[in-house]
This record gives sequence, structure tokens and C-alpha cells, in this order.
Amino acid sequence: MRRADLIRVGVFVLAAVALFLLPRFISDFRAQQFAYVGIYFIALLGLNLLTGITGQISLGHGAFMLIGGYTTAILMSNQDPPLEFFGHAFTNDMRDIWTIPIAGLVAGLVGFLFGFPALRLTGLYLALATFAIAVAAPAVVKKFDGLSGGGGGINIFEVETRTRPVETTDPVTFETISEPIKILGLEIQSFNEWLYYLCWTLAMVMFGVAWLLLRGRFGRTLRAVRDSELAAASSGVNLARYKTFAFGISAFYAGVAGSLLAIATTFVNPDTFPIALSIFLLVGVVVGGLGSLWPLVFGAVFIHFMQIEWAQRVEGVIPDFVPILGDIDTDAPGAPAVAFGVVLILIMLAFPGGAAGLIRTLRSLTTRGYDRVR
Amino acid sequence: MSDFFQQVVAGLGSWAIYAALALALVLIHRATGVINFAQGEMAMFTTYIAWTLIVNHGWSYWPAFAATLGFAFVLGVGIQRVVIAPVSNASVLTIVIMTIGLVLTFNGLASLIWSAEIRAFPSPFPNETWQIGDVSISQQDVGTFGIVLVLVALLWAFFQFTKIGLALRASALNPEASRLVGVRVGWMLAIGWGLAAMLGAVAGMLTAPTVFLDPNMMQAILIYAFAAAVLGGIDSPLGAVAGGLLLGVGLNLISSYVDFVGADLRLPVALLIILVVLLVRPAGLFGKVVTSRV
Repeated sequence: MRRADLIRVGVFVLAAVALFLLPRFISDFRAQQFAYVGIYFIALLGLNLLTGITGQISLGHGAFMLIGGYTTAILMSNQDPPLEFFGHAFTNDMRDIWTIPIAGLVAGLVGFLFGFPALRLTGLYLALATFAIAVAAPAVVKKFDGLSGGGGGINIFEVETRTRPVETTDPVTFETISEPIKILGLEIQSFNEWLYYLCWTLAMVMFGVAWLLLRGRFGRTLRAVRDSELAAASSGVNLARYKTFAFGISAFYAGVAGSLLAIATTFVNPDTFPIALSIFLLVGVVVGGLGSLWPLVFGAVFIHFMQIEWAQRVEGVIPDFVPILGDIDTDAPGAPAVAFGVVLILIMLAFPGGAAGLIRTLRSLTTRGYDRVR
Repeated sequence: MSDFFQQVVAGLGSWAIYAALALALVLIHRATGVINFAQGEMAMFTTYIAWTLIVNHGWSYWPAFAATLGFAFVLGVGIQRVVIAPVSNASVLTIVIMTIGLVLTFNGLASLIWSAEIRAFPSPFPNETWQIGDVSISQQDVGTFGIVLVLVALLWAFFQFTKIGLALRASALNPEASRLVGVRVGWMLAIGWGLAAMLGAVAGMLTAPTVFLDPNMMQAILIYAFAAAVLGGIDSPLGAVAGGLLLGVGLNLISSYVDFVGADLRLPVALLIILVVLLVRPAGLFGKVVTSRV
């Protein structure tokens, strides 16, 4: 192992420890928010592998998340009447955490299969096809309401297969008390904390896997496909094999993220995975830096906090511009979208490398040994 | 049989709208090699301008229509100059991301300024029908059809018979050579974007009376327009018009005669059309097959 790799592993372990201890210092609410950041991080890792590393544009990754989320929700579900699939009625079939790998595999398989028609599409056409899929997916979900619960969705809030701190009644005071789950000596008090550990454990594992996958021959091949398909093919790269694999792995990541999103929101319906989700994922990858790995965390933080918090502050900044247009409704839901859009355009114009590019520039300014560290 | 003709006639109104938006996509793709994902949102935004002029400022329909077209043109030119031109040499991914940024910006701006409330939009045509035999024809559909037909004819004449039209065609065909003979290619591309934005504005204003105005109004219609443009050939204006016709009428017939599809699966069917055409004949029905030089 090279020295640079040892340093990387060391930083990784430090980050893992920090992530493990973080919930001790933040509120329950923040823990939940950081859990969402972890979910987006996983999805971004997947999209980046496809778009940033392999150069295949996907504007429809929300659709793969949808597949993962619905797989989890259906397997856990206990609806009345029960959801059915070829005569099998789903009634609390599986515990939430065991559905996660299945959700990943189902989404991965669909992604792998979609990779075959996608082989014939390049650049703009692939963007078009994937965009159309993301737009059409909710309509398809609503159509098969016997399996998907239709527009009403699937509620997994009180089903038995949902993991949460065990609640019992104190025999003396008859008050409900929860018995915490214990991991490595740490007591997990609440659902949000449990969610945080679940999401970030998976995120760290999947980050490690992505790093291992991309650091060697496989990653080099994918980058070669991105830089020039022609050159890659003439060097003996089997384009079909690598592109479909990239699609499959990428969709696996998206499926896992979708599954976690379903567990986190305890509810799925077609609007859980709107077209905006696919677009926000692309924004996240661009903010983190196309082709980067750990800086994608910045992308994940950006898309989550922009949606729920920063956007509200943006509203205050917007003056009563152009009074001819009539009254501006400051409670309108448009502010996040405007902020996303403007930031996206500005980043592409000013910092095409995203956070990763910025870090690289800063580093080369401060250290001369930049090339050695790389 | 009269039911069949009824469905065909009902499809003609949507034909016009798909064709106008598809034509806008084709214009931009021919000129700059970009698919503008923001075409629908730009159309929606300009339609809101028309709505404001009519409802908030009491303009009558046609002056507002004309003013909106002017605004759309300026908007299109401005966007090309400010947002697209700086990245015109960058990768496809960069340009796609730019147009996606525009989608978010316009969608957000519209709900910020006008709120996401659903609004009624006036139509210049009476809400009545003509009866021919058993078939009833909506006057709105006929009006929509007529406007787009006139517009397409005007556009064709503009490209064919004016000097700017010639310069536009030249810079789309061979930018280098055009630049050498003194055509200001950068501005020609911007004018192309302006014209496309105008077509989009027309599509938006014609859509709004039937589906009502809200910030997400054009999203599904954009997908239909994509399907129409891809079906006809993304580089062929004639193809866009023909693709719009096939799609508008065809989708209407499919959703009324195939029970499984119905009204719910119209969008997925359009998606299927996009996928199948791209896979089987990427050049579309009217496009030229392009071979890439190695």
C-alpha cells in the first residue's frame, strides 16, 4: 500500500470516529438532518460514478431511488387490503434493515438492464431518455396501485417490521418508557439517532467500496470511457460491459439511498420521488465536484440544507423587485428552486470543478508538494 | 366511426401545441446542438407575463400576446448571451446542467412571484363548438391550430426569404465559414434562442386556457414536445411539425381506444416513443442519418 493511501485510510478512520461521536454533541433534530445528508451522500456517490466518472448523463436517478424506496416499503408493508404481487400478499414480510440490500439489488438490476438500451444513446439523447423516465415514473407507480398503493402511497409508520427503540410500560408507574438499543457501548435513544447511525454506517461502507472500486483498473477504465469512448474502445475496453456495469452499480447506490429515504420518512408515495429529486441530485454532484468522491459530502449538505433552511433566508434577501409583477408571495415554495438554479449556473460559470475543484486549487496554492500528495 | 373522427379532431389542438414547442427545441438544437431542457419553463414564465398584463394591468388579449412575444424574444436572446454562450465550447454535460439550472430558476421564480396557485387564463376564442355531422369541433382547438399554422408559415418565410434568415441558416450549417464571410454567428445563435422562446411563449399561451396556468404547467407538455421532436428528427423543422401531429392525434387515439393506457399512462407512452425511436432510428422519421468522423 502506498503512503498516500495509508494517510487516506487514517483520515477515513478519523472521520468514522468523528461521525460515531457526533450525535453526543448535537440535538435529536440535527441528528435526523445529518441522517438525510448521509442518504443524499450515498445517492450522490452512485450518480457521480455514472455521470462524473463514466461520463453518462443521468437526469433520472430519482427513478432508481423510487425503485429502492418502494421495494423497502412494499416488503415492510402491512396495508389493508394488503399489497399484492402475483398472488403474494405482503404483510410485515421483512424487517426494515434487511430490505435495504434487496432494494439496492432490485434497483441495481433495473439500472443494469436500462444500461443496455442506454448503450446506443450518447450525451444529449441519454439525458433526454433518463429525464423522460424520471418524469414518467410517478405515473407508472400510480397505475399499478395493487402493488404500490397508488397515489395514496404506503405508510410504514406503525408496522411491526420497523426498527425503533423498544417501548414498554413501567409496571409501577404505568408510564411508557423506551429501552434503548445498544451499539458499542453507546445507547441509541431515539429513532432519529438510530437513523443517523444506520445511514452513516452504510454511507461510510459504500464510500469505502466506491473508493476501492475506482482507485484501480476498473476506475481507470471508466474514466477512459468518459474521456474518449473511441480511444477506450481501441485500447481494448469492452464499452458495453463497462457502461452497463456502471449503470448497475450506480443504480444500486441509488436504490440503497431510496430505501433509506423510505425508512427515514416512514412513508412513500409517488411524490416522495419527484422529478425535482433527480435534478437536485445532479445539482449535488456538481456542487461536490464531478468525478470527486469525498467532496460529494458538500453536495449532500448543500442539497439537504438548501431545501429546508437556507432557502428561507434567501427569501429575506430578495427585495420587492419589479413591482409591476404584482405582489410577491414570500411564503411561496419557489425560493429553494431559484437558489438551486442560480447557484448551479454560477458554479458552472465560475467553479466548474465544484467543491473538489476549489479544494484542489486552494491546496495547490498553499503547498508546493501538491502533486506528491495526489 | 364518428367517435374515431371526434378523437382525431380533438387531437389537433394538442398537435399545434406540441408542434410549436417541438419546433422551438429543433430550432435551438439545429443552431447550437443543445437540447434546451428549460424550453418548457421559459414558455410557462412568459405565459405568466401575459397573464399579468391581462389580469393585473387590464390589457386586452392581442396586445398582451404581442408584448409577450417581444418579451420572450428578448429573454431568449439574453439567456443565450449570458448563460449559454460562455459555456458553448464546454462538454455536453455542462450545457445540459446549465439548462437544468434555468429550469429550476424559472420554475422557482414563477412560484415566488405569482405563487403556485392555479390560475385561469383567458382564451381569445369562444368556448363553443361547431357541429359537422356527429363530430363536434371546438372553436378553441381550431383557433389554436390556426395560430400555430400561421406562425409556422411566417417562420418558414423568415428563414427562406430574409437576409437574417439566410444568415441564421448559414451559421447553423457552418459557423466557421459564416464567420469568414462576415456573419456575426454569436448573435445569430442568440436570435435562434429568441425565436425559440417566442414559439415557446405561443405554446404556453395556447396551453394555459385548457390546462390552467401554474408553475408546473409545461412539464408534461415538454416531454410530449421532446417525443414529437425526437419522432420527427431532432434536426428537422418539418419533422417537428409532423411528429407533433402524429403524437397529438396518435396519443389521443391510443388513450381512448386502449383501455390499459387510458388517461393515466399517456406520459409513459410518450416516453416509450422517445426510447424506441432513439434506439431504432435515432435520426427520427425526417432526420438525416449522421455518421461521425473518426
